[in-house]
Amino acid sequence: MRKSTTLNLGTGTFVLLGFAALLFLTTQTTSRGINFFTNSAHYGLIAKFDNVGDLKVGAPVSMSGVEMGRVMKIGFDSKEYKAVVTMRIDSRFNQIPTDSDAAIYTQGLLGGKFIGLTAGGAETYLKDKDQIEFTQSAFVLETLIGQVLANFVKSSGQSDSGKSKSDAPAAPEPKHSEKTK
Amino acid sequence: MRLLKELWESFFGSLVGLGSVVRFLLRLVAEAPRALLRVDLIAQQIFNSGALSLVIIMLSGLFVGMVLGLQGFQLLQRFGSEEALGTAATIGLVKELGPVVTALLFAGRAGTALASELGLMRATDQLSAMEMMAVDPIRRVVVPRFLGGVIAMPLLAAIFSVIGIYGAQLIGVQIMGVDAGSFWSQMRAAVSLTDINEGIVKSLIFGVACSLIAVYEGYYAIPTAEGVGRATTRTVVTSAVVILFLDYLITAAFL
Repeated sequence: MRKSTTLNLGTGTFVLLGFAALLFLTTQTTSRGINFFTNSAHYGLIAKFDNVGDLKVGAPVSMSGVEMGRVMKIGFDSKEYKAVVTMRIDSRFNQIPTDSDAAIYTQGLLGGKFIGLTAGGAETYLKDKDQIEFTQSAFVLETLIGQVLANFVKSSGQSDSGKSKSDAPAAPEPKHSEKTK
Repeated sequence: MRLLKELWESFFGSLVGLGSVVRFLLRLVAEAPRALLRVDLIAQQIFNSGALSLVIIMLSGLFVGMVLGLQGFQLLQRFGSEEALGTAATIGLVKELGPVVTALLFAGRAGTALASELGLMRATDQLSAMEMMAVDPIRRVVVPRFLGGVIAMPLLAAIFSVIGIYGAQLIGVQIMGVDAGSFWSQMRAAVSLTDINEGIVKSLIFGVACSLIAVYEGYYAIPTAEGVGRATTRTVVTSAVVILFLDYLITAAFL
């Protein structure tokens, strides 16, 4: 009798642990995850960016290097042609001035993107579902290289042959439409 | 000429061996639905091959994860992207190390136990005695052991991966100073459900392979002390080779 109890206990514990581990793998390590642990009080903020680069859902949102929340959702505004980033900020940080600005920075040289907030000077604070008006887009390496190349070509006195795609948006577009015809 | 003949005979012998393993597997599968009704027998075997392997699996998982944390950190630091450590460790563990190392440990810990138990049953005529009593030893003894192993393996592999991820986190975040938020958020962004599925499929297939080899070697062991010993050794060697071979095949199939 006693032996069968330990046996059942052992089997039960093992199977429970196994399924808990499977659940953890499918929900906590993937983007489809459900957050069981971060159900603490929070509020949402919205910011519109011209370009978010490779900012990902779940990326940190920080002010002065202190993490305040996470990126919840990245959508698209088809009227303004801008990326709409929804952030979830911990309720402990409920004194962010309304004229604060949000910028997308890169962690390390090849690291992921994160949103850095810089406090403004207003006396009123952002509330749930408010929008941050001042934003600065992600730093896109190709654009910068394109600009450097263009400057280089200009200074050496040759005409721009349109090598880089993100450099001059007006130039490559007609080419594309011609190709599709 | 003699060499050719010997070569042909050994090739012929291995073909016969492969065929009999496959036939044995088909027989086990055919008996499986009825054996599933005897839940108590299967639970006993899940305890034997799963719960009793927990300690070795968890310890190994912790150390493998910690080594991944150290090595991954050293490598990623050269490119200035230590934050990708979570992604690297998780993908490595879930897709490769989790299933493969678990299967190798399982072959050593549970596979040998199965093979020697069945071999000893064969050597002491317990299996023949069952047949005399009109109890099918395959249905009563072999199938529950096989199913227990098949069920236990994915669970063990998942536990291994989770402990390993926390091992990597322990080294990366607590000791090397990678940001915990980046560790987890980059992992969540990069790891997809396909990666997890690949790990589960792998560990299921390894579970079938490991348990099959163990019960086959044990069931058909030569009924002497030496024969049982040889069956145990062959279980480990064959399992290891088959696991690594299948691992390559499945990885290629998932690309």
